[in-house]
Amino acid sequence: MEGSSEAAAPVEAPANVYQERLREGKLVYQDCADCSSAVFYPRVLCPVCGSGALEWCESAGRGTVYATTAVHGRNREPRNVVLVDLDEGFRMMSRIEGTPAGEVEIGTRVRFEARLAKDEPVAVFVREEG
Amino acid sequence: MSLRGKTAIVGAAESDLGEVGSGFTPLDLIGQATTRALADAGLEKKDVDGLFSASVYYQMPTLSVGEYLGIRPRYSDATMMGGSSFVSHLLHATAGIEAGLCEVALITYASTQLPDGGFRGVSDPPNPYETPYGPRYPVSMYALAASRHMYEYGTTREQLAEVAVAAREWAKLNPKAFKREDLTVEDVLASRMISSPLSLLDCCLVTDGGGALIVTSAERAKELRKPPVYLLGAGEAHWHRNISRMPDLTVTAAVDSGRRAYEMAGVGPKDVDVAMLYDAFTINPILFLEDLSFCEKGEGGTFVEGGRIAPGGELPVNTSGGGLSYNHPGMYGLLLLIEAVRQLRGECGERQIEGADVALAHGNGGVLSSQVTAILGSANAL
Repeated sequence: MEGSSEAAAPVEAPANVYQERLREGKLVYQDCADCSSAVFYPRVLCPVCGSGALEWCESAGRGTVYATTAVHGRNREPRNVVLVDLDEGFRMMSRIEGTPAGEVEIGTRVRFEARLAKDEPVAVFVREEG
Repeated sequence: MSLRGKTAIVGAAESDLGEVGSGFTPLDLIGQATTRALADAGLEKKDVDGLFSASVYYQMPTLSVGEYLGIRPRYSDATMMGGSSFVSHLLHATAGIEAGLCEVALITYASTQLPDGGFRGVSDPPNPYETPYGPRYPVSMYALAASRHMYEYGTTREQLAEVAVAAREWAKLNPKAFKREDLTVEDVLASRMISSPLSLLDCCLVTDGGGALIVTSAERAKELRKPPVYLLGAGEAHWHRNISRMPDLTVTAAVDSGRRAYEMAGVGPKDVDVAMLYDAFTINPILFLEDLSFCEKGEGGTFVEGGRIAPGGELPVNTSGGGLSYNHPGMYGLLLLIEAVRQLRGECGERQIEGADVALAHGNGGVLSSQVTAILGSANAL
């Protein structure tokens, strides 16, 4: 097949697709049609197999805290930064809201929520109920 | 064709260190270090035909350095992968010398970050997948790795603190070290939290300083002033740039760089007399002790207990006092090579490891991103 090894030019910049979906309240990632890897952050080729056949998928937004830190600063409350492993098999940086920064524990089940910060959409997580 | 023993470090020197005062530029310090390293080697500036540098100041570092020093290299390499870059330059210089592209290589670096406003790192564009969450670069990234290591292997803050205390014990034996006062595990635990679990004294110093190394062929090295310190093996590896893309936060690419270096050198961890493990944060040496096979994965915290890497311990690590207590001018990889050279020449005075013939120098860059391992040896180790 002619040009089958070449990545198809994306119709829209991957980062823009991510941001637009996030603005709609959806957390999206890419799924590789050739090797089934879950790809995050969004890009134009699969970093595992090199395929350009990446399909946008919406995450169910459920995941587990993989690593956590509380970032301290003078004259303000510490803020939490985590890495979350999503159930679909990709990892992302985020923060856990509704829990004091220093009390976020690795292994905690968390759920995605979209926020707006200075009119920019941000993906955050909260603890799963129960 | 192996590069083992093909080149040697023949000159090594620091610039002024610590706080150099306002007005000095990184290029001034590079000039100091280069003059001293050439004198150490018994070579002249006109002998240098290969130039290697990396910088967070100059976008085209070998051009800026070449112009300032008045060197017109025929081989030039500004590989930039953070603090490990200079260990990488040693490997690249060796390849260049062996290929006949240059004969005498200068590897140099400096920073004047204190008068320039404090810690000065790289300035990549904002990352839309990390920047919005406000991690403090780079400490939060190392803190995330430490949190995972503690979770998986039960590593404790006390064990992290042992790394800082061992570094301080070595620094007390080094007149050039920036921090030489007493330090206890309790002091480290009580210091201001920066990004949990890492507190202020888990973090490297922020100082001015720099250094220079002169590298040439093993053949030419024999005619020079100082005993040659041979490159026995080296390996480099990198798997990620951003911490959110590091596959496993408890395993660094040092497993690859170390294996490559050991294979080229024909030695293993048991043959290493002294190890320089890039200690930007206390978690680093713990990870590298594991990934470079000095202990099993997960046992790094236990390994550093009881002064095992401190003076008098089983494995001398970071005998200068390291980035934690000796000096850390933004990027530290060149300074750990200088200490390895001095140990193999027997120039370390009170902190000298008797009969040191094999030294491992391991550089780290970015956020546990680039890993470069070099194994150096005296003539006895060839």
